[in-house]
Amino acid sequence: METWSALAYLVAAIFFILALRGLSSPASARAGLRFGVIGMIIAVATTLALPSVISFVPIAGAIAIGGFIGAVVALRIQMTALPQLVAAFHSLVGLAAVFVAAAAFTNPAAYGIGVPGAIATGSLVEMSLGTAIGAVTFTGSIIAFAKLQGLVSGSPVVFKGQHVLNAALGVILIAFIVWLVISNATVAFLLIVLLSLLLGILIIIPIGGADMPVVVSMLNSYSGWAACGIGFTLENNLLIITGSLVGSSGAILSYIMCKGMNRSFFNVILGGFGGEAVMAGGAGHADKSVKSGSAEDAAFILRNASSVIIVPGYGMAVAQAQHALREMGDTLKKEGVRVRYAIHPVAGRMPGHMNVLLAEANVPYDEVLELDDINRDFPQTDVAFVIGANDITNPAAKNNPASPIYGMPILDVERANTVLFIKRSMASGYAGIENELFYYDNTMMLFGDAKKMCEDIIKALEG
Amino acid sequence: MDQTLPSAVDELKQAVEALSHKVDLLYGQAAQLAAQHPGAAQTFLVMGITVFVLALFVGYYVVWHVTPALHSPLMSVTNAISSVIVVGALIAAGPAVFGVSKVFGLVAVALASVNIFGGFIVTQRMLAMFRKKK
Repeated sequence: METWSALAYLVAAIFFILALRGLSSPASARAGLRFGVIGMIIAVATTLALPSVISFVPIAGAIAIGGFIGAVVALRIQMTALPQLVAAFHSLVGLAAVFVAAAAFTNPAAYGIGVPGAIATGSLVEMSLGTAIGAVTFTGSIIAFAKLQGLVSGSPVVFKGQHVLNAALGVILIAFIVWLVISNATVAFLLIVLLSLLLGILIIIPIGGADMPVVVSMLNSYSGWAACGIGFTLENNLLIITGSLVGSSGAILSYIMCKGMNRSFFNVILGGFGGEAVMAGGAGHADKSVKSGSAEDAAFILRNASSVIIVPGYGMAVAQAQHALREMGDTLKKEGVRVRYAIHPVAGRMPGHMNVLLAEANVPYDEVLELDDINRDFPQTDVAFVIGANDITNPAAKNNPASPIYGMPILDVERANTVLFIKRSMASGYAGIENELFYYDNTMMLFGDAKKMCEDIIKALEG
Repeated sequence: MDQTLPSAVDELKQAVEALSHKVDLLYGQAAQLAAQHPGAAQTFLVMGITVFVLALFVGYYVVWHVTPALHSPLMSVTNAISSVIVVGALIAAGPAVFGVSKVFGLVAVALASVNIFGGFIVTQRMLAMFRKKK
């Protein structure tokens, strides 16, 4: 690589680092995004200026087609569909990595790594890793997309000997890579691609819908590692740096998500969680009664409160209730009630999902607080208003060692004077666990659609 | 006639000598290159690993500084920048000769472009919504 292009790539890498740095606060985030765009422009322009790149018309066509599709999709997508959009985008990065590796395999001279049939050994290893990770990312993200979009059931697909099969396929994959390195055979390359595509599907199907935040973060990480592998093959530092940034970002997000559920990463990726309803500790609630109320009752309680903490969950996204919810918050604020929002790390279907939806509904971000910052305020709060969340408020996580979610950090809503809990029915949450909070004396259930219920409460407040 | 034959032989001898000298030079150069090449590859691997490890550390510290409220934009922006893989795709699509690797390159350019445009635009849409209390 020539000196000037290597330096230009370094500048692009620095812009990417600054782009992530900008996300440390909403105030600097937009400037950060601009850095990211500039970095990408520098990277592409530098590559186009390389002497070997001369076929501009087809390239411009490919960029125009891809860019048009990407722009249209990104402009049209609803914010509630964000998790599946991100999953779909990850799949494309994975597929692109496979195609780049295939191009390097068929025309290694273009990258200076040898001639067809005699590619440098190191390059072959790196190429196979990039290809394998890329292919796993591709099909894995497609399965994640299908689960999030509801094209297939979100419940885990488990069968006997699943993990043994996956491990065996992993070993075969390594054997194929060794074969490719020794023989340079095209068949070996194709088999690596096909087997990795299959592995991507098998790895993701046992993971349940509620664990998708971890899966999406993990695939985010994989797409970075794929770029890294390709970077080593092409001896390109920009790809290595960017791949590592993306890889570590996804890994950290996965870690945060797992910690939010008090589960190990392996427990999540081995899957099977949340398939069937689990009877928590065998304690039936048949003798206990549930107190339910109407929108008018809720409005009465809310109006007489001096502070309210709203706890949103995935159900809010499903019901598209964020706008009605914000209106309800505004109405209460006009009545002099202090309104804040509490976000659990795993609320929703991707990290930060709830924050985006609330921001979309014009909730100022300084009213939206993370678990650690707001949890100790519940005892001094009059009303905890739970909308579309369930497992993240379940006290069993604190007091029932037999519960599958025991030890998971939860929002202590039960410590508020009154808990208003919007729910469609008495069905259990995604973890399949009954929530004993429903039977507490200070809980009032509001049965109905989340959006409709918020609208009814607003009417009752104004009426 | 007998004068020209020896002189022609001499000329030929000289030419052969010069040629063998050139062959020697060429051999020397080739040997030097051959000795250098694996060395160069080795150096990149070590340098690549150095860059990789340092970038991991940078990533670790930068990402832990990202506020949890912006984890969704973090995901979509990392998605957009991981499409920097387009660099490899452009090199494959670059040569004027039409071949299978060029087709692969162009497909990869199109796929990565979907991500670059889509990822940045959707991040921009998200960030535009984050507002402070008036």
